[in-house]
Amino acid sequence: MALVLSMTALLCVLVMGGTMGVTRAGWDSVWKFRGVFWSGWLLTILISLLSLVFSCLIGLAVALARRSRLLPLRSAAMLYVEVIRGTPLLAQILFLFYVVANAVGLQDRLVAGVLILSLFSGAYLAEMIRSGIESVPESQLESAKAIGFSIVQTYRFVIAPQALRQILPPLAGQFASLIKDSSLLSIIGIGEFTLAAQQVNSATYRTLECYLPLAVGYLALTLPISLLSRVLEKQLRYET
Amino acid sequence: MKLEALDITKVFGSGSQKRRVLDSLTLRVDFPHVLALLGPSGGGKSTLLRVIAGLETPEEGTVSLDGIRMPSEERSLRNYRSSLGVVFQSFNLFPHMTALGNTELPLTAVHGLDAATARKRALGIMERLGLADHASKMPAQLSGGQRQRVAIARALASQPRFLLFDEPTSALDPEMTAEVLALIAELREFGTPMLLVTHEMGFARKVADQVAFLAGGQVLEQAEASDFFDNPRSEEARRFLAKVLAY
Repeated sequence: MALVLSMTALLCVLVMGGTMGVTRAGWDSVWKFRGVFWSGWLLTILISLLSLVFSCLIGLAVALARRSRLLPLRSAAMLYVEVIRGTPLLAQILFLFYVVANAVGLQDRLVAGVLILSLFSGAYLAEMIRSGIESVPESQLESAKAIGFSIVQTYRFVIAPQALRQILPPLAGQFASLIKDSSLLSIIGIGEFTLAAQQVNSATYRTLECYLPLAVGYLALTLPISLLSRVLEKQLRYET
Repeated sequence: MKLEALDITKVFGSGSQKRRVLDSLTLRVDFPHVLALLGPSGGGKSTLLRVIAGLETPEEGTVSLDGIRMPSEERSLRNYRSSLGVVFQSFNLFPHMTALGNTELPLTAVHGLDAATARKRALGIMERLGLADHASKMPAQLSGGQRQRVAIARALASQPRFLLFDEPTSALDPEMTAEVLALIAELREFGTPMLLVTHEMGFARKVADQVAFLAGGQVLEQAEASDFFDNPRSEEARRFLAKVLAY
């Protein structure tokens, strides 16, 4: 369904493009820069993968911190989530890169970019994970306790499998968002996919021929994620 | 098997909402086979069962089984809990596992059995409880009565010192109630002492050896089952029985 929709949309763009003056010559001049696109696309994948791993770790830690018995830990986790979710990613990138990273002497743009993106996405993941954990009924925890499970065993055998099933759809959505949000890192000069397209555009002045592949390149990453999440959802499904 | 609950006080809520659900309750049982906890709602039956199961920590008082006090340190408390089998009103099976998975998980995860031994024992118990055909079904595919049987199989599989039932039939329709009660009555064969919180008076009378009547957070009466039903001594028990046996 999503595939059909996106194909239709793509077709519309192509037809529109035809009327807006996409030419053979335009494609040829952009084709020369295919290496720039390719390396940008690969860098976007790398950034997304690394951020995915780190944001999951952050999300999990913060979700657990929000359930902690220690008030300071709970408050800190809540403050983090509220601040991150209450400010635009662009503002976070600018502030964290030009102010914070600069102050602590972090020079590597790529490392800084991955960290910023992980911090951003981690806040959203934390909320999803927390809601997933809280969706497991109290009676399940009681049963686990009566059986003699430790806290770790309760999370592993009882909470995690049930919570994961609950949050899989929003989780997949968040991962797709993460990939798209990585485009904003072009603002601090990380040569990922979007910056690559911008650079080719300024070299060739062929706007559509540059940005159309850009859109397709992102779709090629996000569509498989939605498909995979649907397959997983079916596999994990059980009636309640 | 001996059970001693001494001077147990359990308070729920705080401030003006405070409620003493158990009020310096003392219960001593030199265990026969089956003890039924009876009494009006809010009288503290379920709370007492949960305290004995190690699921609630009382503000005051001690519980001991066979003269050994219930530990307070988390790790030993976990061992204590795992040595008992608890069956809940709403079954509380794990919905993402098959009936067999539910029964064998505690054996491998808590009791340290290897997978093959655990499976063999779980299947053996399920067969005895008439669940052989349902082993690979998910809880949602089972009827309420079957779910409660699986819950009983799960509790029995770890060979508990005690079986504790918290209103095991309150979530079932009459037919399934009868089915589960018949099963519990049969469990006497297993020889595991049982503590039952129940509203099924006929059942308690037939199956229980002893009855403890709880009201207002205290044990008002403790007697042989037939004695209790034939001539209850306390005013509260008389009123309670008159009410529940009226129809």
